[in-house]
Amino acid sequence: MPDAPGLELIAQGIDDGRTGTIIETSVEHGAATLIIDPEGVLHALRWLRDTEGQGYRFLSSLHAADYLPHTPRFAVHYELLCRERVERIHVKALLEDPAAGNRSNGVAQTPGTPGSEAEDAPGDAGLPSIDSCVSLFPTAEFQEREAYDFFGIVFRGHPDLRRILMPEDYVGWPLRRDFPIGGEPVLFTHNEIETPRWFE
Amino acid sequence: MADDSRRDEPEVTERGVSRVHEDPSAPVADAFAEVAEEQLEAPGLEPEQEILTLNMGPHHPATHGVLRLVVTLQGERVIDLKPIVGYVHTGIEKSCEDKSYWKVIPFVERMDYLAYFFNIEAFCGCVERLLELEIPPRAQYLRVIHMELNRIHSHLVGLGTTALDLGAISMFWYCFRERDQILDMFEMSGGQRMHTRYFQVGGVFEDIPVGFEQKLRQFCAVMPSRLDQYEALLDRNEIFLRRTKDVGVVSRERLLELGVTGPLLRAAGEPWDLRKSPGYLSYGDFDFKIPVGTVGDGYDRYRVRIAEMRESVRIIQQAIDGLPEGPWIADDRKYVLPPRDELSTSMEALIHHFKLVTEGFRVPPGELYYSVEGPRGELGCFVLADGSSKPARVHFRDAAFVNLQAFRDMCVGGLIADLIQNLGMLDPNLGGIDR
Repeated sequence: MPDAPGLELIAQGIDDGRTGTIIETSVEHGAATLIIDPEGVLHALRWLRDTEGQGYRFLSSLHAADYLPHTPRFAVHYELLCRERVERIHVKALLEDPAAGNRSNGVAQTPGTPGSEAEDAPGDAGLPSIDSCVSLFPTAEFQEREAYDFFGIVFRGHPDLRRILMPEDYVGWPLRRDFPIGGEPVLFTHNEIETPRWFE
Repeated sequence: MADDSRRDEPEVTERGVSRVHEDPSAPVADAFAEVAEEQLEAPGLEPEQEILTLNMGPHHPATHGVLRLVVTLQGERVIDLKPIVGYVHTGIEKSCEDKSYWKVIPFVERMDYLAYFFNIEAFCGCVERLLELEIPPRAQYLRVIHMELNRIHSHLVGLGTTALDLGAISMFWYCFRERDQILDMFEMSGGQRMHTRYFQVGGVFEDIPVGFEQKLRQFCAVMPSRLDQYEALLDRNEIFLRRTKDVGVVSRERLLELGVTGPLLRAAGEPWDLRKSPGYLSYGDFDFKIPVGTVGDGYDRYRVRIAEMRESVRIIQQAIDGLPEGPWIADDRKYVLPPRDELSTSMEALIHHFKLVTEGFRVPPGELYYSVEGPRGELGCFVLADGSSKPARVHFRDAAFVNLQAFRDMCVGGLIADLIQNLGMLDPNLGGIDR
């Protein structure tokens, strides 16, 4: 990881190109973190990748997390790696939840509950969104789909944003903190009559 | 940082396209290709009429699990491919959020079920760093021994099943013979053959039992000769060579773009191995090399895995020779269970034991990504702690999940038979991909 002054220099360099991109820097547990404005994510990632002397050209991981009850609620984490110096830098983009206030989004629906179609409406209105970094790092394709699948974070400009691990027709965002564990009715022969409209 | 001596500039061939004509094992394919070309040129026929979309899997013996491949074929030639995953998704990451930290360990072990020690090491290492807990040198060495045994085990299963797909069934038996010896050792140290839960936050569960060292030394003495036998079977085997040479080549730059790590990347000539990165367990104490390939075809991938097994044996030998004396788990009663004999004499130990078993230890708020070099590449774990005794988020960056993105590049333009070979050499583990 870059040391604290090095991290400040990186933050300064990114902020010079687009003012207001860097919100905060921190060094904790041997990891350097840049907290950035989600609108400037492509600028920050491109700067880290292409600037002479930085060379964070390898995206080792992209994942999302839900910080409920804190706001902003969501974060997308980018773990960048400079392979020449074996240095990692952690970029974190905080995302507001546009649906905050009218909570029903993300809560588990029993299959066939009336109104579930409305929430699964195309266009993903009411979901947090951020620019896709697939153009910079092609490796992000599956991982952005995974973040979309589990948290409902829309990556604008992703070539093929579909669910990847959950079934295509699944409703809800299972890794959000307000999605209950055990909320999925499991279909057996003994309860197939009681499970409403299970066949749809 | 790595052994560059064997590294040449990789020669990128046209993904097996030029190879087909000189390959006598594929006369049928050639005939098909010729017919397809003729038909394409014939008037009144659209190119789409020659295209067949085929669903391989999810239940296909050669997909090494429940992987579904939507393959678009023209004759026997693959012109497009889409992997579809998620058939064994069990929501482990979600389940982990409902378990205290020490109960998460058995869950994450079951993700990539051939690399369980790496999964625990990624998780435990991450939590240890969040707690800023030092683990004693003996525990580090024991972890190294088990992880390297696990690496051999994983490569053996991968090699055996791949060779089986290519028609060499005896390799399967031989590989599983050695794998069984490794599982016997895991049974000695951890009590179970797979998913042993041997690593704990702070060290390892128990010291290795009497007889383990002897068995390990015996294994280390035998394994290189077994590897010689595998090489004698496969290295110059004509069928194996024709199936693997110059097949599935993807350039090093493209692999790096796609985030591919592990033996796949090293076979393409990039000496990248996290074990050589500073401060990762005690790998700095051992002398080992990073084998790299030159071309990056299926044969190089096989050779790199064999060479890695040899290096793993060397690491194990050095680790068992230099195994330090001392405790095998950290002595911090807030996070580590007290020794069993103290429970009947010490009230404090009893309280700690009760607290640790019922509620579990609390981790101060923080988040960290920590990665280890698994048998398939960089295995990363992200843990978000919110100050309670349960993690708020556990995420695994499974190497096979990311590596699978390179599969299309490996296969397009090649034959459908090469697809099977490419998948075997990719060595995916669907338990890890789907989690």
